[in-house]
Amino acid sequence: MSRKAWVQQIMGMPISIHLRGKDVDSPMVAHVVEDAFDLLREADRLFSTYRDDSEVSRIRRGELDPGHADPLVQQVVTLCRQAGELTKGAFTDQLPDDQGVLGFDPTGLVKGWAADRAASRLADLSGLTFCLNAGGDVVVGGTEPQPETAVDGESGQSNGGSGAAWRVGIEDPRDRSRVAQVVELHHGGVATSGTAARGAHLYDPNAQTFVDRGGSVTVVGPSLMWADVWATALFVGPKSLMLRFSEVAGDYRAISL
Amino acid sequence: MRRIVTTILSTISIMVLLFSYHTSSSSATISASPMVQQPASSDPNPPSGSSKSGGSSTTRPSAAAKASPATSRATYTGQSADTQWGPVQVQLTVQGGKITRARAVQYPQGTNTDAQINGYALPLLDQEVVQKQSASIDTISGATVTSDGYLQSLQSAIDQAHL
Repeated sequence: MSRKAWVQQIMGMPISIHLRGKDVDSPMVAHVVEDAFDLLREADRLFSTYRDDSEVSRIRRGELDPGHADPLVQQVVTLCRQAGELTKGAFTDQLPDDQGVLGFDPTGLVKGWAADRAASRLADLSGLTFCLNAGGDVVVGGTEPQPETAVDGESGQSNGGSGAAWRVGIEDPRDRSRVAQVVELHHGGVATSGTAARGAHLYDPNAQTFVDRGGSVTVVGPSLMWADVWATALFVGPKSLMLRFSEVAGDYRAISL
Repeated sequence: MRRIVTTILSTISIMVLLFSYHTSSSSATISASPMVQQPASSDPNPPSGSSKSGGSSTTRPSAAAKASPATSRATYTGQSADTQWGPVQVQLTVQGGKITRARAVQYPQGTNTDAQINGYALPLLDQEVVQKQSASIDTISGATVTSDGYLQSLQSAIDQAHL
């Protein structure tokens, strides 16, 4: 069992892909990994609010009707609406710009959506498991190699044979050099929302202000996108939203730190 | 070198789990610090081996390194651990995505020099790593890391250990 990592800077953040399995050095694997990064770059081209020529920027300027946008953009618009409904408005795609004017900004959903999309490409690799980390949000999956030849003679880095879960450390929001908890999983997403890395950047649409408090909310579940939507919503939303979360997101669990 | 980094990295994870970190320099302190203490054997630049990583992936981190000076670094200090030789506390420095330094900040009485402690503290922790291999952390979930902050992050050290 060997392991290999790739890192690229996309959407203004580090995105790393780690693979575990037997053939991590094969050209086919490298090709699929590059495909996964390409999907993330495509998302950046369509959705970046930092690119004047992205479709989202054109929608924000009123130059493009969302109904005529790329099908992927329309898909995200629909998902944003669903996210708003599910979270009772704690998630929003209407965010203030530098001048404080509200405009279409699906950034809070796109990162998880794009990472899930890249992850589904990585899931095509048989006999390999993957861990994709997009700036602190994590999606893991893949198929375990067959356990027949489990002896690891070359590297001595055996981690107990096949079936090993990915161990995701949850950063302590009060001391970022410390790991507060560890989540183990084979498939699914782990998203953390908080202000530790970038300050008050999470917007509370109900209070119409950016949230400036410490702590973080981590959500673990089948889809990174929904985990991320809920992590943000639970961080900025009222405490009562936790009840809603437990009602409508049964496959997901939250860790508040 | 890679083996050493991997080992030390696993050591971080072990320490995270077993001893639970309680101190660190904040990133502000880190970038403000003009002192770069590096062992001669360490390499301040991330490996450029794009051929090794099978893609163009490692070229962008170097670009990020320009924006963020090589002097920026982060230190991770474990809590004191009781060993059969006495209490040991180790501090690791992450710089340019690599662990550039591991040194004992607390060591058993009767040992006088840093050189001595470094001589055995790391092999000692290495033993623990072997015993607790399954305890290592594979990735970090936290508030969004930006490209600027990446090279000082623990995630970057994890990544570098496997590139």
